[in-house]
Amino acid sequence: MINYENIVSDAISEIKPSGIRKFFDSANTMEGVISLGVGEPDFRTPWQVRHAAIRSLEKGATRYTSNMGLEELRGELCRYVSRKYGVEYSPKNEVLITVGGSEAVDAALRAVINPGDEVIIPQPSYVCYEPMTKLCHGVPKIINTKAENGFKLTAEELKESITPRTKALILPYPSNPTGAIMEREDLEAVRDVLMDTDIMVISDEIYAELTFGGKKHISIASLEGMKERTILVNGFSKAFSMTGWRLGYAMGPAEIMKHIIKIHQYAIMCAPTTSQLAAIEALRSCDGDVENMREEYDRRRKIMVNGFNELGLTCPEPKGAFYAFPSIKPTGMSSDEFCERLLYEKKVALVPGNAFGESGEGFVRASYCYSIAHIREALKRIGEFIAERR
Amino acid sequence: MNIKILKLLEKDARMSVKDIALICDMSEKDVEKEISEMQSQGIIRGHRSVIDWEKVDSSMVSAIIELKVTPAAGLGFEEVAERISGYDEVESVYLMSGACDLIVVVRGRTFHEVANFVAKELAVIDSVTSTATQFIMRRYKETGVEMRDSEDDGRGKIFI
Repeated sequence: MINYENIVSDAISEIKPSGIRKFFDSANTMEGVISLGVGEPDFRTPWQVRHAAIRSLEKGATRYTSNMGLEELRGELCRYVSRKYGVEYSPKNEVLITVGGSEAVDAALRAVINPGDEVIIPQPSYVCYEPMTKLCHGVPKIINTKAENGFKLTAEELKESITPRTKALILPYPSNPTGAIMEREDLEAVRDVLMDTDIMVISDEIYAELTFGGKKHISIASLEGMKERTILVNGFSKAFSMTGWRLGYAMGPAEIMKHIIKIHQYAIMCAPTTSQLAAIEALRSCDGDVENMREEYDRRRKIMVNGFNELGLTCPEPKGAFYAFPSIKPTGMSSDEFCERLLYEKKVALVPGNAFGESGEGFVRASYCYSIAHIREALKRIGEFIAERR
Repeated sequence: MNIKILKLLEKDARMSVKDIALICDMSEKDVEKEISEMQSQGIIRGHRSVIDWEKVDSSMVSAIIELKVTPAAGLGFEEVAERISGYDEVESVYLMSGACDLIVVVRGRTFHEVANFVAKELAVIDSVTSTATQFIMRRYKETGVEMRDSEDDGRGKIFI
């Protein structure tokens, strides 16, 4: 018998699967569950985008593209990023089309980490950064951002975490799971800390199109002096409701992009051609669709935030992404306990906050990628759950 | 007049005053006031449910009838359009550009009932010079609502 334990690398065998497996599995198999647990838009990809993909298949556009991605798409993207976030990139050598934002983060980390290098990761945050860093034999340096700071990364926290081995800072805003955004003055403070260092920012801006209350997303790359220190990561999944198309991108200085492109070239070849052709259409004709989706998210957001606060689960207003992150501390339960009991007793699925790092303990993530009626029903059941414990 | 409230109610007439107030950043009292004002101004003409009658009574039929009409001096199409609108069988009446003058949507319990209504009530109106009746075979979308059961959207219950 082959001993797989000897086969599997130490780096991967030490990494746990994401989340609390048992809880997730039962949530996914239980009947009659009403979920606020999914971090994926409920909207379908806009029709004209789907149609562009169908047309491309009819025409037989089924071959590889250039490693970096279609030139036309790179050109559109650079115009889009310029008009949306005011950062100028050259489609020639500063853009790479990737398989989702995740691949862009992965390739960026692989391009900068030597064994033992440190990567600063603010948490609570999306679950991929820590394992990806470890797979490169890097050392994650976690910053536990605080509820009283609205889960923003502060300059002080950043300063304290920097050591001579710090290679990169992950900047995951707008935030999954907290809904926090970094405003201009927050980013300027971060910039001032980084200015005299050789630390690269890997800015995961996948939720950039989803900010609310008139607060437009600001990319750290648009700040003076920061383009040269930033690998900007974004994608089509959230903005255009294109999760399954697996399409993202990385943008950055040519000197670093040329290495990221090598990783992509050898590991992936190129992002799916059909998705790339669809994405061109998304960039050209979907501003209205994106706006409509954002308006609908905003409506749901207001109802959800009010609902949690009425139940006594303090929920500050999330300014971005599509999550509320209420505190469940008044119930005296841990995040795991709250979510498990809520699932078994009331069949409502939420994600425990500690799935996003230990600083998420005491909170739960509720997604508002659901209709208002669905959200109301979930809130009603959560209300019963809490009332039964008073 | 409050366009934001109208858009919400147009999509979901049963949305609660509370939810409307939250979405529009207004007090519930102000929402109620706005709605009743828009009702009295005739901006909000009514609230109806979108019912898939095929699920209830498959013999229920509707037809779209194109009418050509000689407009009355001084009154144009108003008089005849209002007269036709008065029938309970008539669901909608539209003044049209193009080949016909009015389109009338008629609903009845049977094919026969609708045909009879056209022949005995519409065709005999003096100013109506011709009718062309087209029966609706199936409804796929009605006032913005797709007439099909919602499918599982393929998303799991938990996905980080």
